[in-house]
Amino acid sequence: MPPGSSQALALAGTWCRLHPLSPVVRIGVTLGAALVAGVSWVSGDHSSSGRTVDTLVVAVLAVIGVAAAVVSWLVTRWRVVGDELQIDTGLVYRQSLRFPLRRVQAVDVVAPLTARILGLAEVRVISAGTGHRQHGRLAYLSNQDAAAVRAQLLALAHGLAAETPEPPAHPLFRVDNGRLIAASLLRGTWLLVLVVVAVGAILAAVDPAGGGGTVRQGGAEAATSLISAVVTGLVALGLDAARSVNGDFDFTIGQASDGLRLHRGLLQKRHETIPYGRIQAVRLIQPLLWRPFGWARVELDVARQPEARHQGEARQLAHLLAPVATLDQARWLVAQVAPGAPATLARAGAPPRRAWYRAPLSYHYLSAWHDDRWLVTQTGRVRPATVIVPLEKVQSIRLSSGPLLRALHLANLRIDTAGRRWVAAALCRDADEATALVHQLGDLAWRARRLSW
Amino acid sequence: MQYRRPSPRMWLARQTVLGLTSLLLLAILGVSGALLWGGPGGLGGIGASLALAVTSWLVERGRYRSWGYLERDEDLVVKRGLLFRRLTVVPFGRMQFVDVTAGPVDRLYDLATVQLHTAAAATDARIPGLRSADAAQLRDRLATLGEARASGL
Repeated sequence: MPPGSSQALALAGTWCRLHPLSPVVRIGVTLGAALVAGVSWVSGDHSSSGRTVDTLVVAVLAVIGVAAAVVSWLVTRWRVVGDELQIDTGLVYRQSLRFPLRRVQAVDVVAPLTARILGLAEVRVISAGTGHRQHGRLAYLSNQDAAAVRAQLLALAHGLAAETPEPPAHPLFRVDNGRLIAASLLRGTWLLVLVVVAVGAILAAVDPAGGGGTVRQGGAEAATSLISAVVTGLVALGLDAARSVNGDFDFTIGQASDGLRLHRGLLQKRHETIPYGRIQAVRLIQPLLWRPFGWARVELDVARQPEARHQGEARQLAHLLAPVATLDQARWLVAQVAPGAPATLARAGAPPRRAWYRAPLSYHYLSAWHDDRWLVTQTGRVRPATVIVPLEKVQSIRLSSGPLLRALHLANLRIDTAGRRWVAAALCRDADEATALVHQLGDLAWRARRLSW
Repeated sequence: MQYRRPSPRMWLARQTVLGLTSLLLLAILGVSGALLWGGPGGLGGIGASLALAVTSWLVERGRYRSWGYLERDEDLVVKRGLLFRRLTVVPFGRMQFVDVTAGPVDRLYDLATVQLHTAAAATDARIPGLRSADAAQLRDRLATLGEARASGL
């Protein structure tokens, strides 16, 4: 069955398999790694009998890998019935996944390098939930199919007829690649490297004055270990920068009637669609080394389960509004997704002067502001961050105060949203003001929810 | 606008736990003190554990007294904490689920804890020390209110 028609059938409610080339992409990476490992083993210094055994092991592993991928493709079926995406998968442990499309938070199309070579892409349906359920993943479909499936899933998510064509997007913003590369290299970790170098230099400078031959030798050893440490650090920094450039290259945002369209990636392409009204919070960060250039990073959050286990993946998953932008651009972008909310706060919203005793370093950046639709708070010292929360999305409000804060007649106010645990924190507010604000925000949030229905 | 408080049985339950741990501590400190430094050591150990018990009793009492919850028209307010005071407001429309738990000591005194969960992981709203029947009632009431006012993410 040609893939084009299979996709149409699946959307019409017939169980279908994914693209027949999917196992190739699945095993592409692992097979490559196995081959490299195998070659290095085989070419190593072994006796001839050991060599055959190694080759056999590699061959068996490869066969198992291929079989697993093919079987996984054979037992995976999907279809769309009504406004529900259904995926059945698993050979030993059968899994039947159902995704009500009305609750979809975002739809991503991801194409890793191997998939791109074959003209395939993965459709990822992101739904809210607190359990450990997976996202709906259709890996892989052909490029046209992926686009068509995304359009239909989004149409259903908006409660429209399935045949509604994808509305056109007009470009909103594009990130300058040169600036992206520069910004990726300007990481706070550089400071750490500088500190290490400075300490090493001081040690080396002090040492010769000390005199003795053995001590000098010790200094030389210290210098070599220092150099190797610095080199390791630089390599790690370079890899980190390369990863973020690769992930965010050619970053563009488009605005369509069904949501924001984000496109990014150098080797692996990602196309994300975030429907309007699903944005739980917007965050604007100004890392220390970016501040001299007046750059900022804008992120936004939808309600998704915390699935990312390590940092790199978490950064990939955070929806970006701009990996790097000038402050003016950042403000403008924030105004596009949160009309009426300021992206940077004036000192008018600062806590009382006595809060300095509790937060001498970050006092300069502490601020809070709200109207009847948005709440904006500002915190941090090394990485000042502004969090913008639509009041209709507020999950809970917390007021807390420790002994020191109470002695100063201050209190901390935190507003929780359903996202990746971003909390809008209005720190060190006057205690009476904070108490009044808790009730006021509660009422405002309730009113905002009523209006948004 | 009067905060409702946990059942006085919660204080009994807390005192039970405190009493048992204090007795254990008394035995350990008394015996080890007596073995190391003889009679005065034993007395010192007993004195120290008694002082500790009295302080923790006072702290526990303060903590117990600090608990309070209030059901308003649209939200639930929970307050707690003696040294670090916390107040949490959860709109009924934001409740994802409510669960009721009871540990062994709680069950001895027919007590249960009601915990509210929202889509935000940081939300920390629990009400301990309710009579089991009250807890079940509160749970059902919250569930009904939550359903009536539920709003999408």
